[in-house]
Amino acid sequence: ISLVGGVVERPKMQRQVVPGQKGFYPKNKKRSSVPQFTNSPTLIVMVGLPARGKTYISKKLTRYLNWIGVSTKAFNVGEYRREATRSYNSYEFFSPDNTEAMEIRKTCVAAALKDVFTYLTRYQGQVAVFDATNTTPERRQVILSFAKDNGYKVFFVESICDDPEIIAENIKQVKLTSPDYTDCDKEEALVDFLKRIECYQQTYIPLDDDTDRNLSYIKIFNVGSRYLVNKVQDHIQSRIVYYLMNIHVTPRSIYLCRHGESELNLLGRIGGDPGLSHRGTKFASALGDYMRDQSISDLKVWTSHMKRTIQTAEFLGVQYEQWKALNEIDAGVCEEMTYEEIQEHFPEEFALRDQDKYRYRYPKGESYEDLVHRLEPVIMELERQENVLVICHQAAMRCLLAYFLNKSDDELPYLKCPLHTVLKLTPIAYGCKVESVFLNIEAVNTHRDRPELMPTYV
Amino acid sequence: MRGCSNRSKQNQGKAVCMTNCPTLIVTVGLPARGKTYISKKLTRYLNWIGVPTREFNVGQYRRDFMKIYKSFEFFRPDNEEGLKIRQQCASAALNDVRQYLAEDGGQVAVFDATNTTRERRETIVQFAEQNGFKVFFVESVCEDPDVIQENIVQVKLCSPDYTNCNTDEAVEDFMQRIKCYENSYETLDEVLDRDLSYIKIIDVGQRYLVNRVLDHIQSRIVYYLMNIHITPRSIYLCRHGESELNVKGRIGGDSGLTTRGKQFAKKLAQFIQTQSIVDLKVWTSQMKRTIQTAEALAVPYEQWKALNEIDAGVCEEMMYEEIQESHPLEFALRDQDKYRYRYPKGESYEDLVQRLEPVIMELERQENVLVICHQAVMRCLLAYFLDKSAEELPYLKCPLHTVLKLTPVAYGCKVESISLNVDAVNTHREKPENVNVHRSAADALQTVPPHL
Repeated sequence: ISLVGGVVERPKMQRQVVPGQKGFYPKNKKRSSVPQFTNSPTLIVMVGLPARGKTYISKKLTRYLNWIGVSTKAFNVGEYRREATRSYNSYEFFSPDNTEAMEIRKTCVAAALKDVFTYLTRYQGQVAVFDATNTTPERRQVILSFAKDNGYKVFFVESICDDPEIIAENIKQVKLTSPDYTDCDKEEALVDFLKRIECYQQTYIPLDDDTDRNLSYIKIFNVGSRYLVNKVQDHIQSRIVYYLMNIHVTPRSIYLCRHGESELNLLGRIGGDPGLSHRGTKFASALGDYMRDQSISDLKVWTSHMKRTIQTAEFLGVQYEQWKALNEIDAGVCEEMTYEEIQEHFPEEFALRDQDKYRYRYPKGESYEDLVHRLEPVIMELERQENVLVICHQAAMRCLLAYFLNKSDDELPYLKCPLHTVLKLTPIAYGCKVESVFLNIEAVNTHRDRPELMPTYV
Repeated sequence: MRGCSNRSKQNQGKAVCMTNCPTLIVTVGLPARGKTYISKKLTRYLNWIGVPTREFNVGQYRRDFMKIYKSFEFFRPDNEEGLKIRQQCASAALNDVRQYLAEDGGQVAVFDATNTTRERRETIVQFAEQNGFKVFFVESVCEDPDVIQENIVQVKLCSPDYTNCNTDEAVEDFMQRIKCYENSYETLDEVLDRDLSYIKIIDVGQRYLVNRVLDHIQSRIVYYLMNIHITPRSIYLCRHGESELNVKGRIGGDSGLTTRGKQFAKKLAQFIQTQSIVDLKVWTSQMKRTIQTAEALAVPYEQWKALNEIDAGVCEEMMYEEIQESHPLEFALRDQDKYRYRYPKGESYEDLVQRLEPVIMELERQENVLVICHQAVMRCLLAYFLDKSAEELPYLKCPLHTVLKLTPVAYGCKVESISLNVDAVNTHREKPENVNVHRSAADALQTVPPHL
């Protein structure tokens, strides 16, 4: 599988025209970066006691893989169990001697695996994340056999944690608000959940360095202070390991905003490397005030290499880092044109773009798909960092936002990222809280909605 | 590329600021476990991505001091004089490390020695603390006798220590040498060393233990180390066949192959056949000329946008003569610092390297690969494999219709240059003598190769 190159193996029979040239787009909806002939699909299998972050990791990993263009889906066995049993009574359901419940739980695993099969084999998904405790070698063997029968590669992700504070925080953030505990008070819920964990503890056998030496896995200890990585088989597993080793759960916020209004913005022209307009400088100043009010310890500030973001950052009076990767999408031959001019000079291109704004590449320029690829190292570093303010551009900001808010390729190019507005993203539970703060300095609107009628080219 | 704050200079010469304090990487392991191999490779990679790095091999200090190596007895744990000398060598090396990191602008130093006792490692940790360096240990653990044997054959037998020995004597002596360290070897321990930052590489990458990665550079180092392997293989680098714009002396663009270019593609297909390569992967860029070249091979190939030629911005599709006429200042600036110079609305070689880093990472993971790319791109890849500096890189010779076969061997890379005997224009422009911005057109165009 090639993830990084963006486009994969094309045997001679299926010659691919260089993207960006006139006309040719594949009839099917598959993105150009999906391999036609994949290597085997990958089944990621979570392992660990309850409240060890398995679902957090599953959801985050799924979001990341989808964002970089690898079709991924998570299958949470707990959800299947909730479907099957309708109402949760108590931890007794999970007692190892509750044979009736055991049967139900086994059925749920089978149902989930069946859906995994449908996703990977029938719908050609590339990665499935099997999110359950999988705490016994017997259960893991069931999954390994299933994978072998279907030609899937297996990669285990085990989360081991014995820090009671982390576990308590975990329970507070995601368990107490779970559908299982809607009618309980917090104290009761906590007691019940701790007993639930105990049910598993008796039979928990972690992946063993010796007996499991032929399996591919990563063991994460205490939320990342230590990792054990065994037998990484291929590129996708290597990328998964790298990603997992860079994420953390330390509370922090990420601030995303665009540069202040620019001279070309005022003229309705796209791209270029203009400076700020008068209102743009007022925004930059207001941004400085806003960030100071946030009183953030150790804030990192990132900009692109383009004048307008750098000028904006200068007003903050703090150190900032410039990333070429944060530059605005390159509009190639359409750089510095108005949309009217593009319609006049390149009507075909303009229509093609509206047909598939995510994959469309400006002649001699870039596509959103290219942008995502370019921004991947930025995302990786954002994951490593804590409090960061990213001053970038409309298309770049849409890509970053889509990553944090799990937006599809279809929605991404139409996300609203108005000038002079800061989006404050704070990770919480399994997702991200978003606060949109308009800094009260007027600016032009640069957002172009998806056109109503699907244009065909003239 | 991440530049540093406050200054908005377009063509910043400053290296990437990835670390606050400098980093001291410390290898750990018995002899013949690949420490020097890893040190050299890691140093090469870090320098290529723009992090000034240097390795300090204590064995080398010992050879410089001792002049002559007699036998393994020097390394016996009860050889007091030997111990003293080895200690001095370690200190001398650490002193040079300090100089490099604190005064000479280095960002990473790789301290390559066995460092097999906790005591020795503690000394280094203290040294680092005193000087404000971060420490990251890289331990290589391996008990596979085949791997160790191969290791000895590849790099020990030809070591200066054994120039006057026959193979059997050398192997015997070296095995004894390893034994000298075995008794006192204290591997990095999950409990005792839990506060240290390290990666333990077990059995040449079967398994890794990673502890307390502190920052970005350590994270990148871990990622790199987890992707390299030592399985024998070859990497073939070549450019697309001669293109229409090539013969016109024009740079960039997205033109197709000339007749000669197509001939080259056919010859390339034949060449690949004769090499009988197991499981060859073929990579191209997303530009017509590389794709057309690959098509002639009649095998599946992958297209990488990252392999596209350097973007010459406003100078795309121009001849050098035209660039001199319309942008004489830019032309001169480029000659002054070809590596860092960025074409207006285009890229620099420095940008290219950043763009190519994922390609290099995947090349490390792969085995036999043929990369069909472009002149500037090929120079960057070649510089990585052959450890060329930023100054040399933009002037590396990568002629059309020539395949470079790179085969890793010992601590470096064997290069075979194979011309496929199809004529092509020369596109290589040497650095002219006069790079002054006020130079004459004649001086500027002195080194332009002939074209139509």
